Amino acid sequence: MSAVPISWYLVLSAILFGLGVVAFVFKRNIITIFMSIELMLNAVNLAFVAFARARGDLDGLVFVFFVIVVAAAEAAVGLAIVIMLAQNRQSLNVERVSLLKL
Amino acid sequence: MNIAIIMFFACALLSVAGAMLLILAREPIHSALALILVMMAVAVLYLLLGAPFIAAVQIIVYAGAIMVLFVFVIMLLNAGVEERTDFSRIAKFGGVPLGFLLLLEIAHSLYHSPVGKAIANGAGSSNDAADTAKLSEMLFRQYLFPFEATSILILIAILGALVLARKES
Repeated sequence: MSAVPISWYLVLSAILFGLGVVAFVFKRNIITIFMSIELMLNAVNLAFVAFARARGDLDGLVFVFFVIVVAAAEAAVGLAIVIMLAQNRQSLNVERVSLLKL
Repeated sequence: MNIAIIMFFACALLSVAGAMLLILAREPIHSALALILVMMAVAVLYLLLGAPFIAAVQIIVYAGAIMVLFVFVIMLLNAGVEERTDFSRIAKFGGVPLGFLLLLEIAHSLYHSPVGKAIANGAGSSNDAADTAKLSEMLFRQYLFPFEATSILILIAILGALVLARKES
């Protein structure tokens, strides 16, 4: 039996989510912004698993499974959009992508 | 000092350091490698929480498939050093402290929530294998419809990625 309280995991999850938000706001490269979204999803997954442990049921783990599946689908579509943007604008800087129109 | 506490702090430090590295790195490939470090540390935390199946999925799908996709796109697009722009003074002196305040508030409320008082079941203490069997049973009985829906979601994602990345002829 480990002696780590659930709250420590939750605080770590909050810190990781906060760092993900900071990366999302401060980074200028569209690929890195995408990676910070994945970081935030990881933080949320950690909170899900910690809550599932605290409640003693497995529904939280099923939710984590679905979050990972949706993240995989999102990464595939998002990176396709990134490739299209890079081909059309010759730049990965989001400040150059201020218009939806080409 | 319990071994689980040492493991928790080692992985927590590693994941926070990886997240900081993601922010501070200037090359996207360094950010990607830092994110892989975070994902590995989080997978060990899942093991500590007694969720070996989720830890395995984390390594295989996240650190494996998704991050390989990221690294592949970084190489494909030849992403170099990121340009930095100075953000406004309001953001520097107003936004950053307010962000930390929000983080502290979230951490404080989570730390003092009643659910946080519970002690995590460590790896090996609970019946991990039985948990994985129960998880798969839930996935194919109670959550069968969402599970099948995700397969359609992935199919649509593949089609969408193909349509988006296709060369206009």
